[in-house]
Amino acid sequence: MDIIGRRKLINVVALTLACVAAALGLFWLLFILADILRHGLGSITWELFTNEAAPPGMAGGGLKHAFIGQLLITWYAVLIGVPLGVLGGTYLAEYGRNRAIGRFISTLSDIMISVPSIVIGTFVYAVVVKPSGHFSGYAGAVALAIIMVPVVLRTTEEMINLVPWEIREAAFALGAPYYKVIIQVVYRGAATGIFTGVLLAIARIAGETAPLLFTSFNNMFLTTDMSESMPSLTVTIYQYAMGPYDDWHQMAWAAAFIITAFILLVTVLGRLIIRWKYKH
Amino acid sequence: MVDNNRQQQWLERIFAATTFLAAFLVLAVIVSIFLSLFRESLPAMEKFGLWGFISATEWDPVGEVFGAATTLYGTLVTTALALIMAIPLSMGIAIFIAELCPPVLRPLIATATELLAAIPSIIYGMWGLFTFAPLMAEYVEPALQRTFGAIPLLGKLFSGVPLGIDILTTSIILSIMITPFIASIARDTFALTPPQLKESAYGIGATRWEVIRDVMIPHAKTGIFGGIIIAMGRALGETMAVAFVLGNRHAIATSLFDASATITVTLANEFTEADSDLYLSALFYLALILLSMNFIVLALAKTVLARSKQG
Repeated sequence: MDIIGRRKLINVVALTLACVAAALGLFWLLFILADILRHGLGSITWELFTNEAAPPGMAGGGLKHAFIGQLLITWYAVLIGVPLGVLGGTYLAEYGRNRAIGRFISTLSDIMISVPSIVIGTFVYAVVVKPSGHFSGYAGAVALAIIMVPVVLRTTEEMINLVPWEIREAAFALGAPYYKVIIQVVYRGAATGIFTGVLLAIARIAGETAPLLFTSFNNMFLTTDMSESMPSLTVTIYQYAMGPYDDWHQMAWAAAFIITAFILLVTVLGRLIIRWKYKH
Repeated sequence: MVDNNRQQQWLERIFAATTFLAAFLVLAVIVSIFLSLFRESLPAMEKFGLWGFISATEWDPVGEVFGAATTLYGTLVTTALALIMAIPLSMGIAIFIAELCPPVLRPLIATATELLAAIPSIIYGMWGLFTFAPLMAEYVEPALQRTFGAIPLLGKLFSGVPLGIDILTTSIILSIMITPFIASIARDTFALTPPQLKESAYGIGATRWEVIRDVMIPHAKTGIFGGIIIAMGRALGETMAVAFVLGNRHAIATSLFDASATITVTLANEFTEADSDLYLSALFYLALILLSMNFIVLALAKTVLARSKQG
């Protein structure tokens, strides 16, 4: 009886601890989100979007330059990263599906997803910034694209693998060459999945700071010239949060709120699309 | 008609070659990352060697003497502490979702924990600096000091002035960040446990916890191992969150309340300020060491996982 009692006790204690762990996980999420909401929401002003940076310590500054810089860098990263990732994923799932090199690259991409993003920053510094002699928006876009490619590539591969082989065979039977089958049949079947993968990859790079620190660097004024150093929201958050001024901190919180809201919305949206498309 | 066929063949070849090139680019980029970091760190390698660099604790940009020991130590200690805290937490979450949670709430809680992974690291950093570190300094760390400070040996870990900008705060934040990676994989592998196995354990009178401990966890152990490795890779390479709350101090810390530096923080803070070629080269050397550690760990894990899948 004693030993059964002990086993029951251990059971209750262990399961209670599991509940506590789940509560703790939720607690951290709510704590962080509430904190961003509390600090960020009050700091959002119209000037934030319409004004550029004011001299340090002066009121009325905004982050327009950083918003536009962030959009430009992300846009170029998407332009470089998405086609490469989708095409690469196509190779892995179609032409290279039974080849050693295909499996090897697939594994390699998984590892590359985990390569520290700051290391990618140093790499782009060495091959783009240093030879060209200055920081540039392009360098930042390249760094983000390198982070994005393996993510898009792996999702594309997985989504294409979900397209039933019979559908391809039906198209082959009509005499279509392989590339037409891929473009007109396979892509159509996998489109939602690939699109979601791209969305999630954008969410991933939107919050990246470390790879931009020494590629696109930062500045305090509006520029659309991608060959010059370019401000981004994330690097600006870092600079402002670490800086000594209260209004800088305010703007950093506002930017943090906007970026977090964007990323969480896109992430949740992506998950909903996947659930809606693939659950039944 | 013949012409059209030939055209089709050409297009086919071009498309196939393009997709191959795009895939091959991943391989090319990885190889060139290694090569270019290696090339950039050559001056520092020649000056300090490998062991000489890793074992030296001095980091003196003015005197141009560079050693990686302090930053490597900071990286490994924060990662290890983060894992120690994250593993039980994430196992608890996974067990809760797989076994205890009402099915209606399951997707909600699963998504919530995974959102922790979607929050960008700079946000963790800001939250850590402005909200979490002050709380640690004011309440948690003094309490820890009062409780454990008087115990010999153990007390050493809790010595010093608790400022909140230290190893403990950093490790806790890192552990929150990496928890979802372990939890989601553990949860998925738990769900794959064959119900017959669980039922047979229940059938011989096992309690719920005994089923989890002796059936589900052993069944899921390779998956959990993979999750832990991915989480470890995250913690090793995490930059921005750490940059806010670790303090960038190049010294071997002996207390949890000491500031420290990791490879990533050193890179983030000093890369654009490096004014000499040797300094920059030493930083590239650090990046190369970090990349190699990360790569080796993940490659090993991939091999183990692939083997277990075959076997």
